[in-house]
Amino acid sequence: MRYLFCLILWLWPFALVAQDSSALVWEDQQLFHGAGYDPDAVEPGQQFRILSSTDTSFFAPIIASYLLDHPRTSVEYLVAGTAEIDRIFRDSPGGFDLVISSAMDLQFKLTNDGYAQPISDLSTPEWAQWRHSLFAFTVEPAAIVINRAAFAGQALPQTRQELIEALRARPAVFRNRLGTYDIRQSGLGYLFATQDARASETYWRLMEVMGNLDTRLYCCSGEMIDDLASGEIAVAYNVLGSYATARAESGETLAVVLPADFPTTMMRTGFVPRQAAQPDLAKAFMRHLLNLQSGRGARDGLVLPPLISAGAGPQPPTISLGPALMSYLDRLKRETFLQEWVSAVIQ
Amino acid sequence: MDEQVKVSGSLRHRLAVSLIGGAAVLSVVLYGVVRAYAAQIAQQGQDSILAASVTSILDAAVLREGRVEVDFPYASFSMLTTPADDRVFYAIYRDETLLSGYKDLPLPSVGEGGGQQSHSDVYVGVPVRMSTASRTLLGTNVKTRITVSVAQTQDALSDTLNGISRNVASVGVGFFVLVVLLSFWATSITIAPLKRLTSSVTRRGPQDLSPVAKPVPTEMAPLVASLNRLMARLNQSLTQSEDFIAEAAHRVRTPLATVRSHAETTLQRVEQDENRQALRAMIRAIDESSRAAGQLLDHAMISFRADQLERQELDLVELVQELVLRLTPVAELKDIDLSLQIDGPVPLLGDPILLQNAIRNLIDNALKYSPSESVIAVCVRRDPGATVEVRDQGPGFPEDEIDDLALRFSRGHNAEGTIGSGLGLTIAQDVAVAHGGSLTLSNLQEGGACVIFSV
Repeated sequence: MRYLFCLILWLWPFALVAQDSSALVWEDQQLFHGAGYDPDAVEPGQQFRILSSTDTSFFAPIIASYLLDHPRTSVEYLVAGTAEIDRIFRDSPGGFDLVISSAMDLQFKLTNDGYAQPISDLSTPEWAQWRHSLFAFTVEPAAIVINRAAFAGQALPQTRQELIEALRARPAVFRNRLGTYDIRQSGLGYLFATQDARASETYWRLMEVMGNLDTRLYCCSGEMIDDLASGEIAVAYNVLGSYATARAESGETLAVVLPADFPTTMMRTGFVPRQAAQPDLAKAFMRHLLNLQSGRGARDGLVLPPLISAGAGPQPPTISLGPALMSYLDRLKRETFLQEWVSAVIQ
Repeated sequence: MDEQVKVSGSLRHRLAVSLIGGAAVLSVVLYGVVRAYAAQIAQQGQDSILAASVTSILDAAVLREGRVEVDFPYASFSMLTTPADDRVFYAIYRDETLLSGYKDLPLPSVGEGGGQQSHSDVYVGVPVRMSTASRTLLGTNVKTRITVSVAQTQDALSDTLNGISRNVASVGVGFFVLVVLLSFWATSITIAPLKRLTSSVTRRGPQDLSPVAKPVPTEMAPLVASLNRLMARLNQSLTQSEDFIAEAAHRVRTPLATVRSHAETTLQRVEQDENRQALRAMIRAIDESSRAAGQLLDHAMISFRADQLERQELDLVELVQELVLRLTPVAELKDIDLSLQIDGPVPLLGDPILLQNAIRNLIDNALKYSPSESVIAVCVRRDPGATVEVRDQGPGFPEDEIDDLALRFSRGHNAEGTIGSGLGLTIAQDVAVAHGGSLTLSNLQEGGACVIFSV
């Protein structure tokens, strides 16, 4: 009996590790250290964790500029999909010091459910925050990204209607060469889809046309853009504009079209969890982030679109942060919507 | 007259305190009532929006092949947006089973009627306002009941209420300040007639016992009536006593004259030296008594005439000349030179009898106190005002008593052995005052008294 007990004690850490790694499969996981980091004298309380849906390459410059001012701090940056983030965070609300996601609705619901703590002294526009707890720091439109090769000698579609007509005109070219989010997996994809559907019936017609052409479904913007760049697919609908623009600038192959009929624009948001272990570090980082994104700091080398761009009006036409965001998260509504979407896209 | 009046409280303070206290109570009541009313209105506003949200969700519920679908509109929640970013919670139940929403939201029991109801509750540690309603769905062979609750935190409501409270509080304070100012104004308005009465009574001359004639407010009428009656009684008793003194003096003077003439006749006949001496002393005493009686009469007459002064045009020089002429024989008896200095006529509006009496008293005094073979100078001047100045070469006034000598029956301590009643200077002063002038007593540097009678 005693031996058995010892064995269990000995095996316990392995079991924990096994459980941990199976539960949390990160898309990326990186540790950033300030210049003053000394591995032999790690101070407790100088490291905090960011749970984020944003690719590390977009966030690394921001973390680097933060660590310039706070050389003794270390940042652990964990990347997961938007829907994953919601699940992971609800499982361990005390495990992270900052939660960043592009799925506004999920972030909103977390805040509404009381997971976020208020930060009182942040200066940000009224429309870019909710309850001084959830803060928006980018304004990013959903885009139609096109591989120019597929439209050689033809005008690029500028609206959803024109895209529908272009797809219908040459079904052979586009069959199995279209891409969009699998909204069952991607929180951001679901947000874009619901907002599109809310704005216009054109969305459903487009989905039916795309479904007829055997659209490929993706979990993330990154893979979609990879396939676009390689020519695997010709058109991707509702891709995150920022990611596409980053690629489009590097190569001539991709064109980023912001639909002219109506824009669907989301804001990347972040909050400090109520149970955060290092709330002060996280708040300081949030302040730094908002300063950079509001144009109050040097933006050299930053790739994330800003919250407030020069010349923009008082409030950009974004999806607004409000209780309405919870509508499509309702279980009944979500089931209905997914059913409709599946019947349109997968058939 | 400087007797201390016993004071208890102040009418002005009592009035002001009761007005201000009333205003303070009213302000607080106003604040409470308006705030409660505003809270009720604001709560009604939130309730109606919550009710609309519940209704829109409930309306979207449909029964499809035994399954409940609730594809509620986006507006159901967007209408709950508030400036204070209030949190929203909701729950949709089919009979007793949660279909979606927050499972631990405390649901009130809704009656069979399915009527909408609102109540306040606490959810996840924060106060919320909740609206609940239910609806029965009928399908083939299925009857099911859908209950929807929507709850919202009350941050915007309390922000609104705080704003209203601040405004109402400042209105209340403003109202209070205004009433305080008004109460000061009202108090002084109310107190003013009392002040006017006080000053009119204070400013009266010492002889003025006439009733208060100016109109007074109703509340003061009894007081003023009593005051008037008191003064009338006082006036009557004063008049009576003066009449009595005059009557007494008059009754005494005539028999005294008879006694004096008898005594003189007897003096002629008596040979014995001691008897003559006694008779002379008797005559002297009689003289003194009759002179006192005369002066008392004069004084009573002057008191009476001074009240109703009969002014007529006269020349002061003429009047004084006549007097000096009349008194010269008396002066010569004592070897006193009575010299009159005049420089032209001094016309005057006055009562000749009173003036004569006053100036005769002054010259009489000078004669009484002057030693033999001295000079009494009487000057009549026109500038700066009509003035009669009488100077003698006697002992002068006692310096320490000079201010009191004009009082009734007051005589200098050097007056012993001199016939007099102490009324002479009083009479002169009363006459001067009745004519709007004054009597000034002083001592000359070279010795002797100086009296300046100006009218």
